[in-house]
Amino acid sequence: MSEAPITRPGWRALTPARIGLGRTGVSQTTADNLSFAMDHARARDAVHQPLDVERLVNELGDAGPSALIVNSQATDRATYLTRPDLGARLDPRAAPELDTCPVRGADLAIVLADGLSSLSLHHAPAVLEHLTPQLLADGWRLAPLVIARQSRVALGDEIGERLGVAMVLVLIGERPGLSAADGLGAYLTWSPEVGRTNAERNCVSNIRPQGLAPRDAAQTLYWLMTEARRRRLTGVQLKDQSGLRQISSSS
Amino acid sequence: MNRWTSCDLKTLMAKASPIRSGDQLAGLAATSAQDMVSARMALADQPLKRFLAEPIIPYESDEVTRLICDSHDADAFAPLSHMTVGAFRDWLLSDEADAVTLARLARGLTPEMVAAASKLMRNQDLILAASRIRCVTRFRSTVGLPGRLSSRLQPNHPTDDAAAILASTVDGLLLGAGDATLGVNPASDNIEVLGALVEMLAEAIERFAIPTQSCVLTHVSTALDLIAQGRPVDLVFQSIAGTQAANSAFGIDLNMLREAQDAALSLGRNPASDQVMYFETGQGSALSSHAHHGVDQQTLEARAYAVARAFDPFLVNTVVGFIGPEYLYDGKQIIRAGLEDHFCGKLLGLPMGCDVCYTNHSEADQDDMDVLLTLLAASGVNFVMGVPGADDVMLNYQSTSFHDVQYARRLLNLRAAPEFEAWLQQIGLVDDRGRLTPGRMDHPLTGLLM
Repeated sequence: MSEAPITRPGWRALTPARIGLGRTGVSQTTADNLSFAMDHARARDAVHQPLDVERLVNELGDAGPSALIVNSQATDRATYLTRPDLGARLDPRAAPELDTCPVRGADLAIVLADGLSSLSLHHAPAVLEHLTPQLLADGWRLAPLVIARQSRVALGDEIGERLGVAMVLVLIGERPGLSAADGLGAYLTWSPEVGRTNAERNCVSNIRPQGLAPRDAAQTLYWLMTEARRRRLTGVQLKDQSGLRQISSSS
Repeated sequence: MNRWTSCDLKTLMAKASPIRSGDQLAGLAATSAQDMVSARMALADQPLKRFLAEPIIPYESDEVTRLICDSHDADAFAPLSHMTVGAFRDWLLSDEADAVTLARLARGLTPEMVAAASKLMRNQDLILAASRIRCVTRFRSTVGLPGRLSSRLQPNHPTDDAAAILASTVDGLLLGAGDATLGVNPASDNIEVLGALVEMLAEAIERFAIPTQSCVLTHVSTALDLIAQGRPVDLVFQSIAGTQAANSAFGIDLNMLREAQDAALSLGRNPASDQVMYFETGQGSALSSHAHHGVDQQTLEARAYAVARAFDPFLVNTVVGFIGPEYLYDGKQIIRAGLEDHFCGKLLGLPMGCDVCYTNHSEADQDDMDVLLTLLAASGVNFVMGVPGADDVMLNYQSTSFHDVQYARRLLNLRAAPEFEAWLQQIGLVDDRGRLTPGRMDHPLTGLLM
């Protein structure tokens, strides 16, 4: 006994979940299986596709050519996936360039990290296009952009520490889902140094044109970063405050 | 001379473990195939009594160890007290080890003994031994009976949209899922949002007299707040782990779990038993919070079951492939871990289910999930997940679909929980053999969406 997909008006539009699927016997139909397989294939390819650094530099416009390009200690994708500790540490060969960077003690370093989906990073220029001018207008001093390959969020701690900055913003490719393989995450860490924990960070996630739009993400980040700089902290306390602010401003 | 003979128990256990990335990440795994087998040979010769004498994490510094030692039933252990780990494995697979005998032993076994035996077992041993053990729990439905396979209906949505969650819930019910629980993972920790979800699921259950129970999977401290508000909480959820430090990273301790259990019981919503807890576990959680004490991840997972069984849970779910490839690298490791967890949990007397699942950065796919689902269904697993199209759009990972649950039932002649199956028949969604009928398109259940 088979049954066609549920075609009830408005039903499928209620959720991105795969509801109302038909069945053949108890099994999924050929079309549904293939559609699922393609979504999974897209996610798998996103995990394994190397970051196109040249394209990213071009997309960054004026800020691109001065970007520093570094690697973590994870030498390939398989190592990256099984050794999160190595993805959080800088390749020693990259250290001198950061240690001798002429811009010292800046307010902020921005790290563009491939993370689990290098595709996502191509949304980073749109975030920066909206964010950077506001920061510069407020008098922030920025370290050169850093592009990091085979990088975890925590690599930003070492990069920020070596650059001697007050805060680091890591824009990183999130783990691809079936519905989106290109979500970008943004992590803020005050006073970055090796050993910071996730509880000491703030995160804005699912940044992509069909998710949290880059322009909106930039506004959220601008608010968080301004508060972080004023209160000299990031993490749970800052998150709680931003929640209260959002609630009070919408009520 | 076996180099492992004089080694301490936790090192021996780690070296004897089938290879997995989490133990390698922790620097605990055997470094060669021969090393691993020689460690197993040494482990097979260890007396079970040694596990009582040498806690692998000190009694003084870990409340899970204290729970394990203080609740050990020496009388139940007596029939095994002369055995080595190897002899215990042989006995588990012998014809003497029937359902009644195994149930009687559970309180005499420690998680470490059970984990040790599992390390000497092949996959077929884990399946066969587990298939003999029944752990039946009761709420509005009865879960874990022979010949039954239940499912948790998991109707998640990225922003907890009520209509969306209800749409996925109805979709699952129409495909015969949800007899273990209607269990939603909320994205929010906002108490008003969570309270509204609890009310919505309770109303759906009441309006259609569905013989199931709801769960909104939020932290126990939040569940306590919801109960204090008088919300109709059926099952209290919590993620648990096998060390005090890892539980602390989850923001819990044993006292807090006791408090939550008492609060849930005070609502008196379970008409059939005092089973009101729903726990989730998964190998690797202790290492990920730097709380593993140099113990391998599978042994720590078994210790989490000691925590679970202190609270007579209705459901225990090992979310096996969710944690990612740094702990379980590929399909082979996920399948092995799922079978180990189910076996160890059942042997310790728990109503084990399994979230047969993987993430997109693991070397796994739906084919691997088909294998694990089939093996677990053959092992007598109490329940698995039912997610629309196997794609969880909130947690961004893949599990088993409503269709997958039907597949396992059809293949192995398994049926839904009896109360739930009777309800499905009564509302015309299945026939008298429990098979889906083509009547869902305009079924009255869709009235929930109005």
